[in-house]
Amino acid sequence: MSMQVSMTVNGEQVTEEIEGRTLLVHFLRDQLRLTGTHWGCDTSNCGTCVVWMDGEPVKSCTVLAAMAGGREVRTVEDLEQDGVLDPIQQGFMECHGVQCGFCTPGMMMTARALLDRNPDPTDREIREAISGQICRCTGYATIVRSVQWAAAAEAAFEGRS
Amino acid sequence: MTTLDDRPLGFINNDEKPVGHGRMLRKEDPRFIRGKGKYVDDIQLPGMLHLAILRSPVAHARIVSVDTMAAMSHPKVKAVVTGADLVEKGLAWMPTLSNDVQAVLATDKVRFQGQEVAFVVAEDRYSARDALELIDVEYDVLPPVVDVRKALAADAPVIRDDLDGKTDNHCFDWQTGDEAATNAVFDKAEVVVTEDIVYPRVHPAPLETCGCVADYESVDGQLTLWTTSQAPHAHRTIYALVSGLPEHKIRVIAPDIGGGFGNKVPIYPGYVCAIVASLVTGKPVKWMEDRSENLTSTSFARDYIMRGEIAATRDGKILAIRTNVLADHGAFNGVAAPLKYPAGFFGVFTGSYDLEAAFAKMTAVYTNKAPGGVAYACSFRVTEAVYLVERLVNCLAYELDVDPIELRIKNFIRPEQFPYATKTGWVYDSGNYEAAMRLAMELAGYDELRTQQAEKRLKGELMGIGVSFFTEAVGAGPRKDMDILGLGMADGCELRVHPTGKAVVRVSCMSQGQGHETTFAQIVAEEIGIAPADIQVVNGDTDNTPFGLGTYGSRSTPVSGAAAALVARKVRDKAQIIASGMLEVSVADLEWQKGSFHVKGDPSKSVTIQDIAMKAYGAGDLPEGIEGGLEAQICYNPENLTYPFGAYICVVDVDPGTAQVKVRSFTAVDDCGTRINPMIIEGQVHGGLTDGVAMALMEMIAFDEAGNCLSSSLMDYLLPTALEVPDWQTGHTVTPSPHHPIGAKGVGESATVGSPPAVVNAVVDALKPYGVRHADMPLTPSRVWDAMQGHPRPPV
Repeated sequence: MSMQVSMTVNGEQVTEEIEGRTLLVHFLRDQLRLTGTHWGCDTSNCGTCVVWMDGEPVKSCTVLAAMAGGREVRTVEDLEQDGVLDPIQQGFMECHGVQCGFCTPGMMMTARALLDRNPDPTDREIREAISGQICRCTGYATIVRSVQWAAAAEAAFEGRS
Repeated sequence: MTTLDDRPLGFINNDEKPVGHGRMLRKEDPRFIRGKGKYVDDIQLPGMLHLAILRSPVAHARIVSVDTMAAMSHPKVKAVVTGADLVEKGLAWMPTLSNDVQAVLATDKVRFQGQEVAFVVAEDRYSARDALELIDVEYDVLPPVVDVRKALAADAPVIRDDLDGKTDNHCFDWQTGDEAATNAVFDKAEVVVTEDIVYPRVHPAPLETCGCVADYESVDGQLTLWTTSQAPHAHRTIYALVSGLPEHKIRVIAPDIGGGFGNKVPIYPGYVCAIVASLVTGKPVKWMEDRSENLTSTSFARDYIMRGEIAATRDGKILAIRTNVLADHGAFNGVAAPLKYPAGFFGVFTGSYDLEAAFAKMTAVYTNKAPGGVAYACSFRVTEAVYLVERLVNCLAYELDVDPIELRIKNFIRPEQFPYATKTGWVYDSGNYEAAMRLAMELAGYDELRTQQAEKRLKGELMGIGVSFFTEAVGAGPRKDMDILGLGMADGCELRVHPTGKAVVRVSCMSQGQGHETTFAQIVAEEIGIAPADIQVVNGDTDNTPFGLGTYGSRSTPVSGAAAALVARKVRDKAQIIASGMLEVSVADLEWQKGSFHVKGDPSKSVTIQDIAMKAYGAGDLPEGIEGGLEAQICYNPENLTYPFGAYICVVDVDPGTAQVKVRSFTAVDDCGTRINPMIIEGQVHGGLTDGVAMALMEMIAFDEAGNCLSSSLMDYLLPTALEVPDWQTGHTVTPSPHHPIGAKGVGESATVGSPPAVVNAVVDALKPYGVRHADMPLTPSRVWDAMQGHPRPPV
């Protein structure tokens, strides 16, 4: 059964024909060709599919595209603005928070959301924030450092430290 | 030279990076952090169809009938293919990497739950899945063989009746070492400790599942396969042998890979199905397995039941080790290991110790479980070997009531004994074990930890300190001994310096996240003085890289890394001859300073590698006998494996009320010889340590009595999150490999190999007040609780 869905994706209004059962992750990847968001498990365990819906991280494998109708969706492709990397992106490069890169987009979206509400998180708070997501390569310590790096960079930029 | 790895500070500045070895940010990261990595499932070709596989719901059954009529009539279905269809094409069976055969689609029987029975090709991925529901298969269910201990019972159902004359479930026997000499040592030993040790079945579970896009162009007969492959060249050759397509018409491309850990070494039926589907439909066809398919049907790891015995003197001199192993190989022997090594490199079970004798014997059997056997960052079964010996040494320490580190140090192979030939025929290249062990003790604060533990025990608190010391065997391997299905394990490398002094290096190994685009640029940069930023690394495309066996068993740096260094030296040698012409001196009068040649005694007369490159392609004569251009190709055949090693100390706290294990800290000292990029090495170690904690405490692929896989999703197969692992403390020593051109050893799997015994030793140490000497992985709260209940409560 086909239906029409409209939403804002990375600041742009999109209207598409979809099957009612289309998952948001497949809509973003296959229909809009935003392949930075990944798919990894079906059971909401791995978090490679995390995107923002109205500013909140969600697992897009567990959201129907239809449920995103009328909402604002943000994906990893939107982190870089006007050629300037988000400090989270810089942090992941600087601290080796990336190995195979598959979990990275989801991790960064969650981390960005964390820093937006808690600009100076502790090690424990970072670990809790990403605990719904899995990385098989890094052992997490460098991801924690990456988020801390971004927090420090933002604090320095804003003159907070 | 020993330091704690630094925490990085400051902003990105790629202009200040070393020309060669040293910490350098990764060249692949700019695309990954923008979501611009290109993985198989990101590929979308015009007209591309989607393939889905129908799998067996039962572990063992005869196929009575397969009815595809309803599926065929689905409006979006383009093809439905069964095992019977593949029989007509001669493609129903394919060779495994161990020279067994495996069904592409089941014809006669299904032999494990999740086995491939039929496939559907449809216009989109949802319709393909829908149509699977329309296929009607009638199964005549047979009793399954699930318990490996009963596989050889006289009344056990025969799984592999497809093999001529097969009347039992025996897969192979293997042994190593001198049985008589070992028995003689055991007979006279003052102390013998025996322990039954199980290494459960686990699964690598890379975050990206396996899949491919097959695109067959019928006009020119060209097959292009984008695939999740750790070994593109080996795959191409095997596809040629299986399909009959000529090898020069097959191009295998491994794009970015979302983690491999050995899971992406074998050829799976799904890949072959996609190729068949593209041949049949004339369209590109994508197959991506889902998570359950990945966990239930692709290559598992471990599954060894080991009886280990260690003989020693009363004052703690270890004399000999012997073991008897029962190995579960699943329904098809899909082990990916050099052919002469059916048990992989399990022969290094003698560990890091100077023994008088050693002997191992193994019986491998078929069961109604998924095939595979060697995946998961294990360096060809070194994981099992290290776990066995490091548990046995701890059991001995328990019986002798001595400190497990003291016992290890007393028995280490000493630095002056290298190269050291083990009693099972392996020649360890270099090592300084005591230095690494003492550094780990210092970093972990071992003596203070023991003091603290004693205090806690008085209060009834359960703190455990676990130690392991491992020697890895990586970099397969010398062609005289090692091959995969007849393909020698040597690796090619090609280096081309362009006229403007930029370069491209093409390697046969394949990154799955290890950072090859960075590491290999650094290896070449170190040798020819061109900045890593100016060196493009190409991997994962059989049309654009020289032949080689790929990346697994930590072989990239030991084999391809050696090839990269040597090909760069070959280019540099040619550059020197061209420079001699440019500077009008003899070759012998030139001195190399990274990036340029200058005249001995007159540094002002010099030419850079960039000047030389332009001359090599430019106008004017070159020295006599020198062809234009600045490029070279080699194939590197390693003379030996490399033997990295490390000392690990894990600290755990066990809740006496719930038996929950918490890993408090983990200290890892690794020695991988020359260090090319310390940041990448640290990342490899961190990842492996996490695998170790996961296997020791969480992960297991379990089955019920009917052969149903109980670990078929990430809700049931537990992978660690950031909350289950500690911050890692790492350190290193450097003992170069004497035979590797730059002295480097592999490191990708060191921590996976070395850390499980450290964690288990820590938990068992915590339970010492309960009289526990051994408990099997995974040490979940219920297992730890069981171990605690078997013995009296400790005195408080």
